[in-house]
Amino acid sequence: MVRLYYIIRKEFIQIRRNKAMLPIMTILPIVQLILLSYAADNEVKNVNLDILDQDRSVYSKQLIEKIRISDRFNIIEISSSMHQADKLMQDGEVDIILAIPPQFEVDFHKNKAGDLQLLVNAINGQQATVGASYLSAIIQSFNQEIRADAAPSLAMTGSMPEPMPRISTEYAYWYNPDLNYKYFMVPGILGELVTILVMLLTAMNIVREREIGTIEQINVTPIKKWQFILGKMIPFLILGMVLMVIGLTLGKLIFDVPMRGNLAIVFAYCFVNLTAVLGLGLFISNLSDTQQQAMFTTFFFVIIFILMSGLFTPIESMPEWAQYFTIPNPIAHFVSVMRAVLLKGSGFADVAYHFQVTAILAVVFNTLAIWSYSKVS
Amino acid sequence: MPSEIVIKVNNLTKKFGDFTAVDQITFDVKVGEIFGFLGANGAGKTTAIKMLIGLNRPTDGEAQVAGYDVYRETEKIKQNIGYMSQKFSLYEDLSVRQNIEFYGGIYGLPRKAIRKKTDEIIQKLGLQDRAKKVVGDLPLGWKQRLAFAVAGVHDPRIIFLDEPTGGVDPVTRRQFWEMIYESANNGVTIFVTTHYMDEAEYCDRISIMVDGEIKALGTPAELKAKFSSETMDDVFIKLARG
Repeated sequence: MVRLYYIIRKEFIQIRRNKAMLPIMTILPIVQLILLSYAADNEVKNVNLDILDQDRSVYSKQLIEKIRISDRFNIIEISSSMHQADKLMQDGEVDIILAIPPQFEVDFHKNKAGDLQLLVNAINGQQATVGASYLSAIIQSFNQEIRADAAPSLAMTGSMPEPMPRISTEYAYWYNPDLNYKYFMVPGILGELVTILVMLLTAMNIVREREIGTIEQINVTPIKKWQFILGKMIPFLILGMVLMVIGLTLGKLIFDVPMRGNLAIVFAYCFVNLTAVLGLGLFISNLSDTQQQAMFTTFFFVIIFILMSGLFTPIESMPEWAQYFTIPNPIAHFVSVMRAVLLKGSGFADVAYHFQVTAILAVVFNTLAIWSYSKVS
Repeated sequence: MPSEIVIKVNNLTKKFGDFTAVDQITFDVKVGEIFGFLGANGAGKTTAIKMLIGLNRPTDGEAQVAGYDVYRETEKIKQNIGYMSQKFSLYEDLSVRQNIEFYGGIYGLPRKAIRKKTDEIIQKLGLQDRAKKVVGDLPLGWKQRLAFAVAGVHDPRIIFLDEPTGGVDPVTRRQFWEMIYESANNGVTIFVTTHYMDEAEYCDRISIMVDGEIKALGTPAELKAKFSSETMDDVFIKLARG
């Protein structure tokens, strides 16, 4: 135990002495958390819209008015020719063109039907698809209104009053009733940041000693492999936990992220997760000859981990084969646990699966780390 | 008496692929001896030393260090030896005191002993004023003396020194050798590689390595007589040129 104490103490002294390291480890993640949480907002607002109104009727004006009061759309122009609208789309000024055909109102009264056309710039996929579905919803509700208005008048003219089924859907967003995107993103981003930072730092650690040559002096001592690995892990584990405390505090203070579940579960999971990630970092470090190699190897994993973590794109919508790849992905589990416990108030039983998988990862990665650390060449 | 022999090497060989870095070397080192391990750059000195201290696995041959086998008992060897590499390898970003304490800790010394040992070393090196300064700021000569002291922090039976005095002036080297003598007088066996021939004269016995083989072995006087040379320089040049 004395040995362990001295290795851990040494790591802390080195972290403290390193003028560049300390700010990197504390300030950068905090800046990232704040910046990313504000920016990584999937909510679609400010969809730029061009309305090609070829009808210029009461109905078309009503529809435009209805769109205008929605805060999601900027009506850039009410064009009168397709050519004009087309040019705006070409120039990237608008995301969607809503074309209202001539005779829209007349057709509606005649045939009880009218066609509207949505032309969507699909280059910006998110903005386009989500924007289009919002717009469809508005049109749908407009449709129902005018049908309801039209019904009595049709009845008076002697036509058969058609039964008009009105099915309306009401949404209730559970666990995040206001659909606050930050509530959704902050816990995930926090988990991701802590993981990456800790992984990168450990990946650089042993290989750095190898580059400088200090590892040789360690290797001629009778230190046990597990003592060395544990001595390297514990400082960064503590660091990661501290960062988690800071991150959650900021999440609460700045974004008012709900914390419905038991925070002890969050920290317990964080502990298991960091143990796994640290093992992977040390394993990478052992296999690398230079810090550069270690960094690039780490980036390879980090990028896959992030993009396939469910942080930005839901795991459920990935192809099936890709979903399997999220099982050994510590960040994916971290994001799930953070969201479940903080937003949904999940208990231990609900996230036990993530605990199990991560614990297995921790055992595997750390075994690899100890195995790959060789005192003899 | 066999108990007097502390390093026993028999036909020890190390190959890296086709290249034979160390070719069947055989020698013994006695307790308390200063054994000089000479050779030109690239002769295989460092490879040989690394096999003896358990950093490299030998390809063939046998060796016992402090009574332990270099294949199976490397960790036991490590408890009994100290090592100072040719490249300074203490932590430059730790203070003098922290470095000594760290290695005391790694060797598993009790806390009290670590504190005592640390004070002793700082005292002996006259580093009281610099004990809290980072090692990176020390002049090279001080660093080397500190590295030697740290190599002996756990009172090992043998200390291996791989070109310990590279790049320092003769006065500083002289000071360094005084430390070596002091340790040897206390019964510590010193195994030292060098290519400074004046240093070879300080050794009790020396071996000269050329292209992975030991070409000569004996006291400096014996070798000079054998090769009918005035100085060790001559002996070395005669051998190295083949």
